[in-house]
Amino acid sequence: MKTFLLTLSAAAFAATGALADEIRVLNWQGYGTDQDFAVEPFEKATGHKVVHEYFNSEQEMLTKLRTNPGAYDVVLINSIYTQQAVSEGLIEAVDTSKIENFSGISEKFATDPQLTSGGKVYGVPWVWGLTSFAVNNNSVPEVPDSLEILWNPEYAGRVAIRDDAVEAMHFGALVTGQDINDIKDLDAVKEKLSALMPNLRTFWSSENDWNQYMAAGELDIATYWSGSAARSIAFGLPVTFVVPKEGAIGWLDGLSVPATSEHKDAALQFIDWMIDPDFYTVWDAAGAPASANSEAAAALSDDAFNKVVLGNPDLAARVQFMAPVADETRETYLEIWQGLKAAQ
Amino acid sequence: MAELTTASDRRRLVALLSPAYLWLLVAVFLPLSAMLFFSFLTDLPQDTPDWGFTLGNYARFLTNPTYGTLLWKSVTLGLTVTLACIVIGYPCALVLARAIKGRVRETLFLLVILPFWSNSLVRIFSWAIVLRGNGVLERFLELFVPFDLRLNLMFTTTAVVIGLVHSYLPYVILTSYLALQAIDDDIIEAARSMGASRVTILRRLLLPLSMPGLMAGAVLVFVPVVGSFMEPRILGGRMGTYYGTVIEDQFVAVYNWPLGAALSFILLAVVLLILALASPVLRKANT
Repeated sequence: MKTFLLTLSAAAFAATGALADEIRVLNWQGYGTDQDFAVEPFEKATGHKVVHEYFNSEQEMLTKLRTNPGAYDVVLINSIYTQQAVSEGLIEAVDTSKIENFSGISEKFATDPQLTSGGKVYGVPWVWGLTSFAVNNNSVPEVPDSLEILWNPEYAGRVAIRDDAVEAMHFGALVTGQDINDIKDLDAVKEKLSALMPNLRTFWSSENDWNQYMAAGELDIATYWSGSAARSIAFGLPVTFVVPKEGAIGWLDGLSVPATSEHKDAALQFIDWMIDPDFYTVWDAAGAPASANSEAAAALSDDAFNKVVLGNPDLAARVQFMAPVADETRETYLEIWQGLKAAQ
Repeated sequence: MAELTTASDRRRLVALLSPAYLWLLVAVFLPLSAMLFFSFLTDLPQDTPDWGFTLGNYARFLTNPTYGTLLWKSVTLGLTVTLACIVIGYPCALVLARAIKGRVRETLFLLVILPFWSNSLVRIFSWAIVLRGNGVLERFLELFVPFDLRLNLMFTTTAVVIGLVHSYLPYVILTSYLALQAIDDDIIEAARSMGASRVTILRRLLLPLSMPGLMAGAVLVFVPVVGSFMEPRILGGRMGTYYGTVIEDQFVAVYNWPLGAALSFILLAVVLLILALASPVLRKANT
């Protein structure tokens, strides 16, 4: 009798399981997917339950995918790591016909060579953004149009960048007019960065840091991420995000389905909701990066940061999207950067 | 040891000492051995299946002058902070041990130890609030001077030294205090009755007799300061790159544990070398 009851409840459980899955999402903490306004409407509409797990670095994300097969159904992968995940067989091609909102994604992102392989989409373009710089409106009354302002002696000791070798080298490449993904003249970049050091006040390490320094008036000019700038402006900080004439560094985040996922349909439903304009407009109000879905971007109000600053059509030509950085290149950059810092 | 002949004595000795040695083995020896092992690897076994052994991590210290420069910078920082701690801490200990008695001494002693009860990160962040532009210190000083004051202390080497001295000062005060307090009052009385001046008593009696304590305090300050990374990072800004921060980068930012481990062991070797070179002085202080 007891066995019968157990079998019955197991069958009932399996039946509900087929209708309502529990999907596991692997992402950065606080990055869109895990917010209440993302999870609750989705759970209500589909009956699926969403559980999150977090990573603190891209390396950790890849390690988790390798060592926990079947544990995740949706994973956020920055486009520069997607090809590595594909080659290791960690993620599988996405059937885009099952994602209704995919048609809204702009051609440029949908066919991005880093998110696709062999004509198949492995990462659904989700959000993108820029790494550029922002100025404090109180101390820099006129919005500059060139990166050179970071080198301007007038702002000596009032400038900050992030303590990140690759990012520093990319800025050096932009200002010396080079391709950030293929820096030919490393010495020119090194010299330029060396000249920047005396102008720096400190290195910022987190969005919170950045906001505090700006609010306290410690900084006039600092490199920044577009999504963070949108949040800081919404928060009331008097700053302006600048995309200079030299260009800016672009990044693109995609959502992928691990090859070992056991709830693929539910995973695609979730991805569909993540690129839905209805979700994006709510997220944008709370401070979001730019959506890769043009329809979602168009749904924003006309004064939204992501529409005014990043929606600017002639901006696209100036943005250099980041390509994967080889380990040796990363090491070289790190050595140059550490050498520059040690010389202080 | 010759007295410990009976078997029961030896058993008791083993029983009493084994928890301490077991603890040292598990908490100190094993992690350190694992790090030593990592320092000879090309990659971490859990990330790369085809890892191997190499001396390359140690060779990089020699081939890249950056590491040497930074190590020298860190040793200089260690010496500066230790000297500052002695100059400030020893007189404090002297006053505590020789001039103040009773309840007041207990209270002052408590005040010396009090900062130890708070997390070091909290202490460093409070210094950031004090030192930063338009911060607590500048506002306070502006009450007394008529003009707009700009100290610009935050994100300088001075800020790093201030934060580190504050963090490690209690070590020097405590060890010096213990040594000074153990000096027999009769010796001082005798010297005084022979007509020795205060300076002579300090120079010929108090200082030599308390030297073991002072030196122990100095070593306790110097060793952690040479490897410090959190204080320089928060208070030093662009000046805050030291040997310790580079090691930290290897572990948390670039995931090059083998190189980080190798750099750590080079630091350990250099610190031991410095202590060995200083040991004649230290030994003299102990006799």
